[in-house]
Amino acid sequence: MSVNTLAPIAARKPPPAPERGWTGTRIAGHVLMALWIVSGAVLLLYLANNVMSPFVQRYWSQYLEGAVVTIELVALSMVLGALLSLPIALARSSRNPILSGLAYGYVYLFRGTPLLAQLFLIYYGLGSFRGFFSDIGLWWFFRDAWYCAIFSFTLNTAAYQAEILRGAVQNIDKGQWEAASSLGLGKGVTFFRIILPQALIVALRPYGNELVLMIKGSAIVSIITIFDLMGHTRRSFSRSYDFQAYIWAAVLYLMMVEGLRRIWDRLEARLTRHLKRSA
Amino acid sequence: MTDALMLLSFGDNGWGDQIARGTLVTVSLALASLPLGLVVGFLVALAKTSSEASMRAAANIYTTLFRGLPELLTLFLVYYGVQLLLNELVRQFDPSANVDVNAFVAGMVALSLVFSSYASEAFLSAFRGIKQGQYEGGYALGLSKGQTMWLVIAPQLIRLALPALGNLWLILLKETALVSVIGLEDLLRWSGVAARVTKEPFLFFGTACLIYLALSIISSAGLSRIDAWSRRGEVPR
Repeated sequence: MSVNTLAPIAARKPPPAPERGWTGTRIAGHVLMALWIVSGAVLLLYLANNVMSPFVQRYWSQYLEGAVVTIELVALSMVLGALLSLPIALARSSRNPILSGLAYGYVYLFRGTPLLAQLFLIYYGLGSFRGFFSDIGLWWFFRDAWYCAIFSFTLNTAAYQAEILRGAVQNIDKGQWEAASSLGLGKGVTFFRIILPQALIVALRPYGNELVLMIKGSAIVSIITIFDLMGHTRRSFSRSYDFQAYIWAAVLYLMMVEGLRRIWDRLEARLTRHLKRSA
Repeated sequence: MTDALMLLSFGDNGWGDQIARGTLVTVSLALASLPLGLVVGFLVALAKTSSEASMRAAANIYTTLFRGLPELLTLFLVYYGVQLLLNELVRQFDPSANVDVNAFVAGMVALSLVFSSYASEAFLSAFRGIKQGQYEGGYALGLSKGQTMWLVIAPQLIRLALPALGNLWLILLKETALVSVIGLEDLLRWSGVAARVTKEPFLFFGTACLIYLALSIISSAGLSRIDAWSRRGEVPR
């Protein structure tokens, strides 16, 4: 009985990858990319040429001060807005129609009008009631552009943050409430210890977006005489009439926003690592 | 109360007609920026879905750039930057010439740039909501690439992107307030002038806020009708 030996089949080479021709899109993509690279290189060259220019020598410290003012303004109003957003979000999802109606009106008002108009209404408009504010001893607050800016930014971001918070809390499964109450936990404990931590993870991304929007939106305080990054930019431009004023501001803003976005992505990845399934 | 009504009335004594004209400028600026922003946003989204890596990278740089810059700064970059560039160009031919950039056009361009970079993300997520089978079905019926895009994909794309685009429209309407800074006589600009002349800032800025609010409410009502229209083919539930 002869053994039928089968000659092993030699493994074949995989077929060659299909040739990538120079299609129209490919050419267009390369041309566009080349345009970006050239303009990026021109920009870098321009900036490098101007790093030691009299303009930068004269104004760089003011730009830094301005950036610090911008960060202070955004950080302060974000935190105050977060505190204020909690009662608004609670009122908004309350069963009392008057309470939820008021909260809805607040949110609608601040989300439906431009931040610039709100800022003007508070900074210039409240001046109409100067006598009243002097009587109750609050005029020092509404006379000052810095306080007015923080006040109106806080009110504005509170409206947006309340909606973020409400959406995130509603997103939490009802079973979480039921499980907590079957364990005998009170409503307050359930909300702060069970629901809110889960909701905040859902809300992380919208909060990051809101932070970026606030950094960008904060540029308008330069119009009511506050010297944030944009304020110093405008002043140095009006003094020197040198266009690099705006270029440097653009670079700084882009660095702030992109840096924040990267940090936030890391933070989100870190905080949600328990939700990821390992492949 | 009667004083306030008189200040807001139309005619020689009141500021009503100026505010109405400003409102018209605000609305027309937003309406003028919309088509440009939508078209550019759609093209950028197409580039982002392209199989070509260089195309995707170029589109992503565009979005990163105009989503990262403050709108006010974009406006200044366009307004002053284009003015300087044009003047440089014109002086090559005629040293005494001077070009002024129209504030309306500068505002329109800047707002379209910002709008298109956000709109491209809205279109991109709508593209992701359309299954590959829809393209294949189109090709199987013998439709060309362009016909598939226009007749099969676009109608679904509009429906999917509409909620996000509606939000962007509301944001655009509010962002037009920024052009008052470069001197365009929009709603906020006229309110500011009236406030300074009459010494009634609360009345006029409050009125401006209410008009913006009214525009938002009207837009929301219009958007929900468009949304209903775009869903007319769906089974009612």
